[in-house]
Amino acid sequence: MEALLNVNKMTHYFGGLRAVYNYDLNIKPQQIIGLIGPNGAGKTTIFNLITGVHTPTEGSITLQDENIVGLATNEIAAKGLGRTFQNLALWRHMSVLDHIKMAHYSQLTYGLMGSFFNTPGCRKQESEIKENSYRLLELFDIKQHADQLVTSLPYGAQRRVEMARAMATDPKILFLDEPTAGMTPDELVQMIKIIRQVHEDFKVAIFLIEHRMKFVMELCQYIQTLVFGEMIAAGPPEDIQNNPKVIEAYLGKEDVT
Amino acid sequence: MEIARKFKNTFSMVPMFGWLSGALAAVLVEYFLGYNYISLVLGLPKIPVLFGTLIMLKTPIMIPSVLAYDLIVYIIPVLTVAKLTAPATNKIAGSLEKIPIWLSTIIHLVLFYGIMHLWAGINDYRLLVLKLTMVSIILTISINVINGYQGEFSCSHPGFMAVGAYVASILTLVLFVNDKMFGQALLPAELGPWLFPFILIAGGAVAALSSLIVAIPSFRTRGDYLAIISLAFMFIVKSAIENMNFIGGARGMSSQPDYASLPVIFCWTILTIWIVHNFVTSIMGKALNAVRDDEAASESMTVKTKKTKIIAFMFGAFWAGVAGGLFAHILRFINPGTFSIQRLAEILAMVYFGGLNSIIGSIVGAVSISLLGEALRPLELFKWIIIPLILIFVMIYRPYGLISFKEINVKKLFRSKNK
Repeated sequence: MEALLNVNKMTHYFGGLRAVYNYDLNIKPQQIIGLIGPNGAGKTTIFNLITGVHTPTEGSITLQDENIVGLATNEIAAKGLGRTFQNLALWRHMSVLDHIKMAHYSQLTYGLMGSFFNTPGCRKQESEIKENSYRLLELFDIKQHADQLVTSLPYGAQRRVEMARAMATDPKILFLDEPTAGMTPDELVQMIKIIRQVHEDFKVAIFLIEHRMKFVMELCQYIQTLVFGEMIAAGPPEDIQNNPKVIEAYLGKEDVT
Repeated sequence: MEIARKFKNTFSMVPMFGWLSGALAAVLVEYFLGYNYISLVLGLPKIPVLFGTLIMLKTPIMIPSVLAYDLIVYIIPVLTVAKLTAPATNKIAGSLEKIPIWLSTIIHLVLFYGIMHLWAGINDYRLLVLKLTMVSIILTISINVINGYQGEFSCSHPGFMAVGAYVASILTLVLFVNDKMFGQALLPAELGPWLFPFILIAGGAVAALSSLIVAIPSFRTRGDYLAIISLAFMFIVKSAIENMNFIGGARGMSSQPDYASLPVIFCWTILTIWIVHNFVTSIMGKALNAVRDDEAASESMTVKTKKTKIIAFMFGAFWAGVAGGLFAHILRFINPGTFSIQRLAEILAMVYFGGLNSIIGSIVGAVSISLLGEALRPLELFKWIIIPLILIFVMIYRPYGLISFKEINVKKLFRSKNK
């Protein structure tokens, strides 16, 4: 199968600090890949590098054989990289419905004049987007909150809004940055269900950062382990679970006496 | 409380159309009976201009007669007519619901304009206050786009206004007026009123272009630093104009033709409200809110944040420029001192008093601060104690302003109240 996203020998320095070194990634359609590693290993930096928040010092990133290094974040997002954030990044004065509508921004064609004069073309497109947004809200089971402000929602629902919003950009690959941070075990199980559902319904590839082993082991087909910006192990879940290097990074060295 | 509830119950079934009929009745009473009968009988020297606030503050002994005048001329006609005609006006409102919403809006606006025209026809002072209030509405809405919807604290609004005012004044003086500064008129004066809208648009467009000086730094800075940059912009504009002698320098420009009549300003105000409302309720316009609330998230959700910021600044500055052009043709005299820190304080007071992120809030803020400013004029210095005090209280109890984060719903506003 042809790879969707190809990252080759990516290295990034923040001043003198080497945050990521020689990182390789290959995501095929509909694959679920996990990225694990201790705090400060550079996981979120890798997300930011691929999505264009930072530009890597070295290395290449291609999305469907097209170079995306140096593009603006919004351009990369419009090409099909949707993402969620580690600490929810919702718009606090906007309603749930507006969140989902807003993520259709790159699909707008009516232009400024259309929005100033509320032309028929503008109205038509806005109502199409609204319909599509309601469909997404229903899918993520947050339709009943459509007109509420996001800040008044319970935490689990906010996470779902963020997922729905990311899916509204119509991504080919969904980047999830710690989707279960701060969740109770119940919500965790629910989140696994939602991610599975998204994976099946939208046929997207998923690349996720996670700390909870249970979650990663259950969902991912392939796992990478990152320590101090370097990949120390990669492979299917069972291999990673028993890899001495991974155990060392997480639990410390085994005392041989 | 009991009285307030009863009052509310009695008048809750009056539709907007009914209130407008009541107001029409009141201005008709004033127009036909105001001077000859009512004010003479009450011992008032002339018709009180702004509901008698000026007379009350100047000569407190007149308070009872002024209150009686207000009661007889405004309160009683408005309430009785609104109440008595409620069944009829509800029927009319019901049939207006069946026609297209734009047509019903126009009918309401024409009625509203008629009321204002009659009210302002009584004397020139009222007319001037009304005109300046409407210009304030345009200004407040335009600054709300930047400070409210886009959430940048921009202090450059008097600068944009000055650019619009000067460009529009230069164009009308060069094209339609024989004067000392620019010599013979290039076009016949009859064309003036017809080309005036294009002149205002030109003034707005130049103001929009000048706003790029503030918009581009806003990519990298926010908050206090951008506020300082925008404040600097305002002073740059002011001192640049002061040093340009061919447009009058610090002495200013005068003898602009009297193109900014009440209907013209009214149309521009409605146009502003309509276009800004369309914009901020569209996804394109809501991008402003998204960028304000979380820029990184907006970028990741495909929103073009830089473009959005430029749009916000240019759009806000455009309407500020239009307002400046109108302002110049109302007063028919402008000088750089008009567009200074005091004007900024006034505009900011209006927008933060009325409410951020809301057009209706801007209208409320602009109207109440301008009318309050006029009404308290006899207090002179104390005016500048009372208005800031009110502002402080609003900020304590409603940090985002009186009516914030609300949009106008025309359908709901005009609907029939039959139950």
